[in-house]
Amino acid sequence: MTGARKVVGQPRRRVDGRAKVTGQTRFADDIMLPRMLHCRLLRSTVPHARIVRIDTAKAAALEGVHLVLTGESFPIAYGILPVSHDEHALCTDKVRFVGDPVAAVIARDETTAEQAVNLIEVEYEALRTYATPLESLAHPEPRIHDYGDHGNVHKAVSLQFGDVDAALGDADHVFDDVFFFEGNTHLPLEQHASVAVKDPDGKLVLYSSTQTPHYLHRALAKALAMPAAHIRVIATPNGGGFGGKSDPFNHEVVVAKAALILDRPVKICLNREEVFYCHRGRHPVLMRFRTGVTSDGKITGLDLQTLLDGGAYGSYGVASTFYTGALQTVTYDIPKYRFRGCRVFTNKPPCGPKRGHGTPQSRFGQEVQLDKIAERLQKDPAELRLGIVAPPDSLTANYLRIGTIGLADCIRKVVQRSDWTQKFRKLPLGRGVGLACSSYLSGAGMPINWNDLPHSGVQLKLDRSGGVTAFCGATEIGQGSDDVLVAMVAEVLGIDPFDVRAVTGDTDLTPVDLGSYSSRVTLMMGNAAIQAAERAREILATAVSAKLEIPKDRLVFADRRVFDSQDPEKGVTFQEAVIIAETKVGTIGTTGSYKPPKSPALFKGGGVGPSPTYSYTAAVVEVEVDPETGWIAVPRVWIAHDIGCALNPTLVRGQVEGSVYMGIGEALMEEQAFRRLPARLSNALVHKFPSMLEYKSPTSLDMPEIFTDLIEHPDPNGPFGAKEVGQGPLLPIMPAVANAVYDAVGVRVDQVPITPEKILRALQAKADGKPARSGPASFPDIAWPETLHVRPPWEGGDGRASNEPERKSRRKAEAGVEAKVGARS
Amino acid sequence: MMRLPDFRYRAPRTVEDAAAWLAEEPATAMLVAGGTDLLPNMKRRQQTPTTLIGLRSVATLGEIANGDGLSIGAGVTLSQLINDPRVRAGYPGLYQAAAQVATPHLRNMGTIGGNLCLDTRCTYYDQNYEWRKSIDFCMKKDGATCWVATSSPKCLAVSSSDTAPMLQALAATVTLVSASGRRVVPLSDFFANDGMQYLTKLPGEVMASVSLPDADGWRSAYWKLRRRGAFDFPVAAAAVAARLDGRRVDDVRIVLGAVASRPLAATKAEALLKGQSLDDEVIAMAAKAAAEIAKPMDNTDFELVWRKKMVHSLVTYALQEVRGDDMRERRVRIARQLL
Repeated sequence: MTGARKVVGQPRRRVDGRAKVTGQTRFADDIMLPRMLHCRLLRSTVPHARIVRIDTAKAAALEGVHLVLTGESFPIAYGILPVSHDEHALCTDKVRFVGDPVAAVIARDETTAEQAVNLIEVEYEALRTYATPLESLAHPEPRIHDYGDHGNVHKAVSLQFGDVDAALGDADHVFDDVFFFEGNTHLPLEQHASVAVKDPDGKLVLYSSTQTPHYLHRALAKALAMPAAHIRVIATPNGGGFGGKSDPFNHEVVVAKAALILDRPVKICLNREEVFYCHRGRHPVLMRFRTGVTSDGKITGLDLQTLLDGGAYGSYGVASTFYTGALQTVTYDIPKYRFRGCRVFTNKPPCGPKRGHGTPQSRFGQEVQLDKIAERLQKDPAELRLGIVAPPDSLTANYLRIGTIGLADCIRKVVQRSDWTQKFRKLPLGRGVGLACSSYLSGAGMPINWNDLPHSGVQLKLDRSGGVTAFCGATEIGQGSDDVLVAMVAEVLGIDPFDVRAVTGDTDLTPVDLGSYSSRVTLMMGNAAIQAAERAREILATAVSAKLEIPKDRLVFADRRVFDSQDPEKGVTFQEAVIIAETKVGTIGTTGSYKPPKSPALFKGGGVGPSPTYSYTAAVVEVEVDPETGWIAVPRVWIAHDIGCALNPTLVRGQVEGSVYMGIGEALMEEQAFRRLPARLSNALVHKFPSMLEYKSPTSLDMPEIFTDLIEHPDPNGPFGAKEVGQGPLLPIMPAVANAVYDAVGVRVDQVPITPEKILRALQAKADGKPARSGPASFPDIAWPETLHVRPPWEGGDGRASNEPERKSRRKAEAGVEAKVGARS
Repeated sequence: MMRLPDFRYRAPRTVEDAAAWLAEEPATAMLVAGGTDLLPNMKRRQQTPTTLIGLRSVATLGEIANGDGLSIGAGVTLSQLINDPRVRAGYPGLYQAAAQVATPHLRNMGTIGGNLCLDTRCTYYDQNYEWRKSIDFCMKKDGATCWVATSSPKCLAVSSSDTAPMLQALAATVTLVSASGRRVVPLSDFFANDGMQYLTKLPGEVMASVSLPDADGWRSAYWKLRRRGAFDFPVAAAAVAARLDGRRVDDVRIVLGAVASRPLAATKAEALLKGQSLDDEVIAMAAKAAAEIAKPMDNTDFELVWRKKMVHSLVTYALQEVRGDDMRERRVRIARQLL
């Protein structure tokens, strides 16, 4: 790059902002096509049962009904992870939760479809219902799925990096705490919608509110047994995703099949209840942290166990399980580490990736425990953390490669801005401050389907109009990815972002991008866009250099011009530059692609956690707690985020504030809760309140004042040094609230949500002389699999498990099949 | 999306026509004003009238007039109500109650009559048809059992109106018009403590207006418990109206909201206050007596034991406010807004 940046770093109006605020963005449900039919799904009303009989005759006979489908039409299973292809578009032999789809009606309108759905008769044979992980652990039979580790255990993993028992034995103090993080859901304003069309040439087109058109494309090809080349997936702009639109969904497969059969467009728009049933949200996690520390506050070792309530299907669950144990070492210096995680199936909507994917739960535990450690060691929690921040440009005990770290600066910034030292342990009873930190990946280092292909591709088209079109498979879910795409191209080519047209999320027109998940788009698409733009600039520079007889390395691209840096008057407009180049070389198109660096983690399970770079965040939360009632309010939040480089500070701040909003919701009120009825009267297990009224999420009146600071430690792996911001800033909020409650009224709430009832119970316990705490009592005994032993880098390790080859062959002999996930190919 | 069932819509221009049309099909017709309660319920198939008699074109229902105190047409929207200077000056508790109903959008549509006739609420009942089918329905609609307390002979759905307890504390009356004439009913007799038959209004009656007595010498306050600063129905509430002579309580009415199937008059607490100076100990005594009658069940947001305990605090806050204490800081914390 020559000269000062004109686009990067400038707070700008996003390119899709006008369409959004004027209501012109066309979401999937806005699509109306001639001859379009409408689909409704019949969903299970029982939590766990065998399907004995389905009678669709009455529904099929209703006037206006065009098609009724059942599981028979969908024999092929699919799923997001290669190891968990456990979903059918419509249930074939059994249902696994209230909301599982059993049949579909396609009719002339939604009302008719709904009437017909109610005419379908289903006979069920009830099976034992599993409402909690403890029930699933206690009863291996009947199994919810006929795959997984054993019984109703979907996946159990055990990894050890160094001798943790010895590290805890040598520690001056060992802290042993159990925490619980309740499940919660994404709550996007847009309900999932899809429209399927059979093209005039017989190919399938699916418009859908999906974050991952590429994975949906693959899933459709498999589930419909069609060549992927004959399927086109168009990701419509998402009205919020947060991870809830990252799986291929049954309704997408159903409308695709129906459109192919009927040769008419078929649409479905889920209602809010159904969105709660799609879920794939935050796993409820019970966790136990055993942490050894020296008396001066260094961590000697960590022994972490997590138990995840997975719900009824696999989804991203295996990855989620590893993520509960992946990033502790990326935040703090932990020389020895053991992680054991277990995910079980239950008869509830499947859990999956929600903003922070698997990491907020254990982040909560670790940050609250650090607060307890600081208290015991009589150290300031900020000072304690500053003493253990993971070192930059290092390899962690579990082989994650860290680049730049702005965490210490983040901590110092929020301490200074919040006036921390004047407040911590100094405010009157009922007011308190709490601090917490976090780290997050800027894109998963491994793709879901393991291969050596690029993770993101960008194509550019330049022509004599002077306009540039950028094509990329990335999906705009409200996060601003279209804006990042055009900004990268505009910066490199010296034009305005509005001069670049973005064509995104279309598997026919755009090169593959893996999707809007794992905070990967800015980094991966951004790098691919820069590469494509630099190649275009090279073509233009070569042509202009020859034409104007200026050495190529003196040419500057800026202000929509290409000119001589030594004589700025001498040059051409950008459009003229394109014409010169097109005249010389013919039609101009370039490509760029991006693949993350290879990870040094070579052990089974090492595929979850690596990232090109990690973001860091610190937050201070101030609370007001009424000691009489437990009523809690959060008036102020100070947050500092290491973004590497803020490509568009307006978008970055929006993401930070959105994260605080979501974090406050998870901290104080959000819970995906379920209800059982008295067992002697009913087998029911239902979502307690699948509605936006009773599933509580904060309103604008409940929001604190937010003071945001951006810390910029550019990372060489990021585009212009940029890191992620979509997820990391959420993570410190929940533990910071818990720590602030302790500062305010002296009780520990070791679980979220932190409600007035729980605070008051802890206050009462304190008054009764019992432990001043509300939280889970214990962690169950789990039959862990044989631990994989990996020596940390500083103990001469090579990133492989010392006992893995032997184990692999033994398991192969036992099972005959080797699960693919997590295994390095 | 969830769709409304088919229905016929009729739009009378007078209360009398509305009453006459209602009498034509008492079992299948329902009145609709703002529709903020009924229409979502219809989408969930909780009510499935085949005829809706819309009251929007009945001009007299939309007026606020000076009577002995104030006469409020049943079709006056909650937004109109909270912007009326007579309400704000004379009946601050009513302003506080109406201003905390739902959201600005819903208050623009929802009416005072609708809020008084609000269907009782319950987390086993306020669900769509498929969900209710999953629990084999409940006593209030399509089923036999009250899942809140399975041995309960009656439905325990919760009175969830904000204005009802306050208007009862203000000794309001309602005028009901039917094909056979009109009658005036004290609001205290308008409600019944039964989640299904929660109104004493007859099927053929149309609420025409709500009348408030002269506010001279009376102070009022409304304190509502809910999770968030907007949207949520009350899960406990205290409405207090009092006439004070200095600090001495001449007369007082305390009505609890959202802890039974009807607004609950705390008569024992009222008796403890009358003639007493409104000191902290007296307030504490009254709040304790009021909380004793609250019977919250596990069918709303928040845990029931805590809700019951909160009744004590809400009554305390309301009495402190009518005493003249500066409650602004407390109000902002509880209500997330000044009222």
